[in-house]
Amino acid sequence: MKFLVLISNVPDTTTKIRFVDDNKAFDTTGVQWIINPWDELALTRAVELKEAGGIEKITVANVGESITEATLRKALAVGADDAIRIEAKPKDAFYVATQLAQVAKDYDVVMVGIEASDYNGSAVGGMLAEILGFNSVSAVSGMNIENGQLSLTREIDGGQQKIDVETPVVTIVQKGIAIDPRIPAMRGIMMARKKPLTVVPAVDAEEKTEYISFELPPPKAACKLVDEDNVKELVRLLQEEAKVL
Amino acid sequence: MNFEFTDEHLMIRQAAKDYAERELLQDVLERDAKAEFPARHIKNLAELGFMGMMVDPKYDGSGMDTVSYVLVMEELSKIDAATSVIISVNNSLVCYGLCKYGTEEQKEKYLKPLARGEHIGAFLLSEPEAGSDAMHQHTLAENKGDHFLLNGTKNWITSGNSASTYIVMAQTYPEKGYRGINAFIVDRNSPGISLGPHEDKMGMRSSDTHSVMFTDVKVPKENRIGEDGFGYKFAMKALEAGRIGIASQAMGIAAGALERTIAYSKERKAFGTEIANHQAIAFKLADMAVKVENARNLCLKAAWLKDNGKPFAMESAMAKLYSADIAMEVTTDAVQIHGGYGYVKEYHVERLMREAKLTQIYEGTSEVQKIVVSRTLLRE
Repeated sequence: MKFLVLISNVPDTTTKIRFVDDNKAFDTTGVQWIINPWDELALTRAVELKEAGGIEKITVANVGESITEATLRKALAVGADDAIRIEAKPKDAFYVATQLAQVAKDYDVVMVGIEASDYNGSAVGGMLAEILGFNSVSAVSGMNIENGQLSLTREIDGGQQKIDVETPVVTIVQKGIAIDPRIPAMRGIMMARKKPLTVVPAVDAEEKTEYISFELPPPKAACKLVDEDNVKELVRLLQEEAKVL
Repeated sequence: MNFEFTDEHLMIRQAAKDYAERELLQDVLERDAKAEFPARHIKNLAELGFMGMMVDPKYDGSGMDTVSYVLVMEELSKIDAATSVIISVNNSLVCYGLCKYGTEEQKEKYLKPLARGEHIGAFLLSEPEAGSDAMHQHTLAENKGDHFLLNGTKNWITSGNSASTYIVMAQTYPEKGYRGINAFIVDRNSPGISLGPHEDKMGMRSSDTHSVMFTDVKVPKENRIGEDGFGYKFAMKALEAGRIGIASQAMGIAAGALERTIAYSKERKAFGTEIANHQAIAFKLADMAVKVENARNLCLKAAWLKDNGKPFAMESAMAKLYSADIAMEVTTDAVQIHGGYGYVKEYHVERLMREAKLTQIYEGTSEVQKIVVSRTLLRE
């Protein structure tokens, strides 16, 4: 079984978010880039399954410019066998899914994080499955392979659902797929340099989204402390200032 | 000049940082309180390849350079120097010494499990009356032909109980002075070895420090490292490299204290504003940051010299001297800025201050480093 794990290159989760270009674009100055945390968990599970003998090969792929190669190298260090970078600036989910479709068609199982921690679109996985005509399973929190059969666990309202699926399939994975993201071992880091990283040109794809403006959430208001014996004042503040009562 | 790290350096640093923040931080306070050895962490860190970082992969090491080692020591020591000292002793004293001076047989038998981290190594030089005065070894290693017979006591041995492989310095020809000292690889389970109690230390409490007593311990002659009488020189050469590890540890302790203090200063309010907005605090932070950056540069310079096959004895002594001294200063300032909170364990900086103190003492006191530096300066 051949696995493709899609890797989004996203800003470190502690990044201070700023916008440029009249609030139409994210300011990437000084940003440290990481593997999208959900994709990192997906990769971790794929590596675990490969170590258990269920997977023939793990490829990682992304759509991005050359700056994203460090993120792919880390994925190789964690345990992927090879990497594909599609040379393009990711524009929107449809554009990204169209680009990825050209490489994903050759794989049995595609793993994609439920969302990327930058724009949180949650759309690429579903679109990719539709474009390719693959099965698609969302909210996947567990994955196993036994005797060549792929079994998934889905999170549903109030419980879990276990299903067996036919490949090829796009699995949209979330928290629970692996416990902690795998930290690359020193040997993996040294080997990553020698693993193949192929750059593929972008295909023509329509850009269906236009960004009009981004804005930051309002800053947190200062906290007001009310004496414990002054319930009246608390109720007044909740009614008149917070307007929640 | 090129101050850029490679992509590998950055990945290695991140791996150490991730492990430290995700795993070591969880139980560091508890292990410090209970003086409990970090066995689980050493096993995990071994799997990540941190126990034999600079050992050639043909001897099961990770094949990294010394710059990587500095980065790893810094990140681990920011959170937990008691764990990082076990790594430092294993890497830069024991593995380095065996890599450089061990025979092929010694490397196969002893270096490989040490580099894999399946065995932990300890370096037995200090004695009750021979610390800085390492030339005057009282432990005897009588030459009995096919073996040596060890008798004596070693003090302050890091990983004294947890180690499987000891490197022991002992006197074979007292009449020859330090030229009569030999270094031996000794199996921890050899008959005649007994341990003193776990030392109840001020800091680095979860590393297990013991005295080790040798009573008629037989060591096969093939376990001697180098030529007859090479032991003192061996120890000094191993310490030259080991200093880079402890220098980086001290720098990491200081860097950890600085990071915590910056975060605290931006949150804690006094006189109507975050304390970072008071110049008394802001200037102190600036002074601390300059010291940490200087220490980091000294450590990296010594590592770069070593990686490029250039002499590094004076630079590693400078790095150890400066990093240890500023670690004490920076952690003391960190506690001061935290005020009362700095004096309780929950905020970590009092522990970092206790850990910093040892870096001025072990693997060559600050005074010994001054001897090394000044002698090199005055040699010409």
